[in-house]
Parts: sequence; structure tokens; C-alpha cells
Amino acid sequence: MNWHHIVTVYLKELRDSLRDRRTLISMIVIPTLIMPLLMFGIGAVMTKVIKSAREEASRIVILGGEDSPGIVAALKADQRFRVVPAAGDYKQMVSEKKVRLAVEIPAGFEAGLKAGAPTTVMLYHYEGEMKSGLGASAVERFFRDLREKTIESRLADRGLAAEVVKPFEVKRQNVAPPEKVGGNIIGGLIPYIIIILCFTGAMYPAIDLTAGEKERGTMETLLCSPVHRVNIVLGKFLMVMTASIATMCLTLLSTGVSLAIGGSFFTGGGRAAAAAQAVGGAAKAAGVMPSIDPVGILGVFALIAPVAVLFAAVLLTISLFAKSYKEAQSYVSPLIIVVIMPAMLGMLPGIELTAKTALVPILNLSLACKEMLSGVWHWPYLALIFGSTCAYAAAALALCVKMFDREEVMFRE
Amino acid sequence: MIEALHLTKTFKDKKRGLIKAVDDVSFTCHPGQIYGLLGANGAGKTTTLRLLATLLKPSSGSCTLAGHDAATAGLQVRANVGFLAASTALYGRLTAREMITYFGRLNGLADAEIRTRVKRLADELDMHEFLDRRCDKFSTGMKQKTSIARTLIHDPAVMIFDEPTLGLDVMTARTIVKFVRECRNRGKTVIYSTHVMSEVEKLCDTIGIIHGGRLVAEGTLAALRTRFGEQDMEEIFVQAVGGEAALLAALKN
Repeated sequence: MNWHHIVTVYLKELRDSLRDRRTLISMIVIPTLIMPLLMFGIGAVMTKVIKSAREEASRIVILGGEDSPGIVAALKADQRFRVVPAAGDYKQMVSEKKVRLAVEIPAGFEAGLKAGAPTTVMLYHYEGEMKSGLGASAVERFFRDLREKTIESRLADRGLAAEVVKPFEVKRQNVAPPEKVGGNIIGGLIPYIIIILCFTGAMYPAIDLTAGEKERGTMETLLCSPVHRVNIVLGKFLMVMTASIATMCLTLLSTGVSLAIGGSFFTGGGRAAAAAQAVGGAAKAAGVMPSIDPVGILGVFALIAPVAVLFAAVLLTISLFAKSYKEAQSYVSPLIIVVIMPAMLGMLPGIELTAKTALVPILNLSLACKEMLSGVWHWPYLALIFGSTCAYAAAALALCVKMFDREEVMFRE
Repeated sequence: MIEALHLTKTFKDKKRGLIKAVDDVSFTCHPGQIYGLLGANGAGKTTTLRLLATLLKPSSGSCTLAGHDAATAGLQVRANVGFLAASTALYGRLTAREMITYFGRLNGLADAEIRTRVKRLADELDMHEFLDRRCDKFSTGMKQKTSIARTLIHDPAVMIFDEPTLGLDVMTARTIVKFVRECRNRGKTVIYSTHVMSEVEKLCDTIGIIHGGRLVAEGTLAALRTRFGEQDMEEIFVQAVGGEAALLAALKN
């Protein structure tokens, strides 16, 4: 190893890459913009859409109800509904989204209420369609209220208290601290996004520095210099690492800034509930805004470093096989799925950090991040994850050096 | 000085099995002389030169360049060799100066030394006008001049040229040929591969004809003319490789 050579190669690759538009976009532009875009762009649009869908009066069709004018009038008078006359087939109207749902009031509904005969109100809705679902819940609430009132009046008629049919109440109270809630909701998502960006940030420089050089004919120029190939590999590897880590840091920075601004944005005023709904139902149930343990972010950072080494070495090795940029892209692109799968598994409930899962690369990171961001630190597991990932990374780097020494790889024809 | 002794290189090919790209090739080139390696496409020229430049390792045999054994002292060999081929390109996103400086540093030169040498090379090759422009915008002539400066930055004793005029226009090709002569005049050991007969006639002190990986004839132009009883280099070449039929068969392969 000759540090002078490694640094010379590294500095040249750094300058070269900073002049390459493709690398710049994947290394700097995407990571800086993706978080604010995700949080404000998509988040704000979702919040707005859900809010307007909630506030908008549901267009409904009433079927039957000729002998129950009181109920029909009450539905029509309710601000939450806009009753439209049935035109043609009601199922078609629901399917074509002209109305959110159709309410079928059975014959003799009001008479049945008075006489105490059980009847069934049918709601025809469109499963999976959010607006239809919201409308159906609103109509259901309307009839539930009506049922409660009916029960109360029947009990009163018989001289009984309301508690007769309500012997006790069930209430929920959240005991998880806000950062735990945040860790569980956002904790799964953040490492997932960081892992992908860490990979894509390393992808383009890795291809450019190996297959790209072969394609442009500069690899042979470089190999005839009096530099040991180990030093060339290490210089190139450091550059790919730099790109990967730069991508990661910029992502974390923009996430931090987005959260800082976004936190006050989301908690500000009456939007909190709607925003919490957009983040996940759990946050609403908890009744607090999720927050993230800042020390956890540092932990994530420390654990991702060896993963960045692993990615850089693997990507360099694979792209080295290819003769051209395009060929390398076709080898490397499917790898994103290999990276995403374990990262996604980590987001699933039920998969927990154990001695076994701590040895599965990427999955272990995803699981550990979730815990660290919720303020839980399993030191033995964290050490195991760090150690095993370092071992994988070292093996990948050794393989990469070996490949650089193989003629049939370097001069594939 | 270049000494090649029984150089052999075999490759594995999926369709054709084991191929001897270079088969028992021995020759010597002396300082202040140009050794021309003449051969058709696929005759083994590039592989031979890559073996000399330590880019490839020989399957058997050995070679010594500037007193260093290629098998055991690859780094010293490369430190004393300037390698210019059609396949050794420039970094498009670097300027000519950055490109030359990079290779100066890789050769272990100090920055002050590199600055002096870059200035001298730019004077000699008339490069000042485009020295600080990016290589991807260069004409072929500018590119070749930059490549030449790159191979000369560490002032190597041995120069290896692998078809350096391939695909170049007449003017640029002439610049290269002129430069190769200058290398010889400065006392460097030069090996030059080509399939252009006229270049060999004009340039080379000794000519080696390579065919199917084997060195089939070797000597000065005069000696080859006497041996084959022909004046024209092309006729000599065809005879040396065993006639047109043999050449055609080799090219089909």
C-alpha cells in the first residue's frame, strides 16, 4: 500500500466525478431534494386531499324510504350529506363515482322503530375507494346515533336508566413515549430510504470508475502507470465511498431540516390531526406528534458506514466485470431489489432483532435503526451488526482487489 | 533495451478452446533503435506489447525491459516504459495539464518537477493553446499530442507504440511518426507495432514479422529484401507468412 498513490488516484477520481453530471445528480441533487419533496410535497398533497375529502359533503342516493319521511328529511337536513335523486341504476352510480354510496331504507322502517320490529338498513358502497368509505362511515354514524337515541327512549319508556345496556366503558391510553411512537412509524422508513440512497449514490461512480473507464479506454492508460493495482482499487474505492457517504449525509441533513420545519408545520393549528392521519393511524391514537431521538440518528450514521463500504466494494467488483457503462448498469440495477427486500422486511411487524437477524446484512441495519430511533440500544446486537457488516465489507473489498489483478476481467474481449 | 525470451501467452476461448495468442516469441531491441512489429489483425501484436508493458502476464517465457524483469519487477518496468496505444485514451473530464500532471504524480515526480516538464513538453509539442482545456473537446491531433506528453512525462528509457496511427488523419499520423523518430534520436529503445507496410519501411531499423502468434521472420529491411528476393515490403510480408492463402485463413480466424 502506498498512500501517496492512493490519495493521488482518489483526488483525481474526486475531481473527475465532480465534473460528471450523472454522478452529481445521484450524489448531491437527489438526496438533498428527495426528503423535503417527500415530506412537504407528497405529505402536503395527501393532507390536503384527505382533508377536503373529509370536509366535502357526501353525495348519497336514498333508495326506498317513502313510508319513512322523518328519516329521509333528517338525512337531507344533515350538513354531512347531499342527497341526490336516483337516476337509473344506483349500483352504476356508485361505480361511476357519481355518488359515494346508496342508502337503502327498508319498507316500514319508521313503523318498525315504533313497533320494536327489527329492520336492516343497507349501505351500498365501493370497497377500497376512500371517499366512498368515508361516506359510508358518516352514514353509519348517523344511524348509530339514531339507534342510541331509540334505545334511550325505549329504556326511558320502561323506566330504566341508560347504564342498563352500558355496564362499563372501554378506553385507550397511550403509554409509549413520543419518540418510541416516532421510532416505530418513521424509524422503519428512514433507514429504508437511506439504504436505497446510499446504494444509488455509490452506483454511478462505481460504474463510471470501472466499466466507464474500460469503455473510454482510460483503464489501460492507468494500468500502465507504475502504481500497484491495490492502490488503484483503494483510491477508486475511497471515491465511491465518498459518494455513498455524501449521499447519506445530505439525506440525513435534509431529513433533519425537513423534520425541524415540518414538525412545526404539522403541529401548527388544526392541521395536526389530519397530518397525523397521513403519517399513520397510530400517531392519532397516541394523540401526540411523533418525535425522533437525535442520538438515534447518530447511531444510524455509525451503523451505515460499514454498509457503505460493503456497497462500494460490491458495486465496484460487479461493474468491473462489464465492458461498458450500459452492461454494468444492467448488472447493477437489479441489485436494488436485492437491497430493498431485506430493508423492507425490517419494516414488517414481528421481525425483531435477534442474534440471527443481526447477521443478515441490510436487514440487521433496518431493524437496529428502528430500535435506535426509538431510543432502545441493544449494545451486544449493535456490536454484532457492526462487526459482521465490517467483515462482509472487508471480504467484498478483498474480492474487488483480486478482480483487479485478473487479466480476463480487466481485458475482457 | 528490450529482451523477450520465448514469450508465450495462451487464452481460454469458449468456442475455440485454448488459443496461443503469442507463441515462443524472442527478440531484442537496442537503445537508439526502432524495432517494428509487423502483423495482420489478430496476429498477436497487441498481446506481445501488453506482455512487455506488464499489463498481461506471460504463460511462459520472460522479458526484460531497461534491465528489469517483467515478471518480478513490474512496477520498475512500468516506471521505465512509455506505452502509447490506440486503446490508451485520455480522461475526457480532465484538462490536458491535469491529465499529464496526474501521470507525473503516479510516476512519483514532485509537483515542481512536473510543472517544469509540462512546460517543456508543451513547448516541444506546441500544446500551450489547449493545455487548460478539457480533453473531451479535443481534435484527434490535440488528443495524440496530449497522449504523447503523458507517455513522456517521466522520461522513460523504453517506448512502446501499439498501432499509434490507427484511424488518424494524415497530418496527425505524420506528427506521430516524427515523434517516434525523435524518441530514437534521443537514444530511447522503441518498439512499434503496425500493419501499415509503408510505416515499417520508413521508420524501423529492425523488422519482426508476426503471424499466428509466431515471429516468422526478422531482420533489417535490406536483409529481408535479400532473403525473400523482393523489394516491396508487402510482397515480403505475404511471403513471410506463407502466401495469401495462409494470410486469408488467419484473418478468417
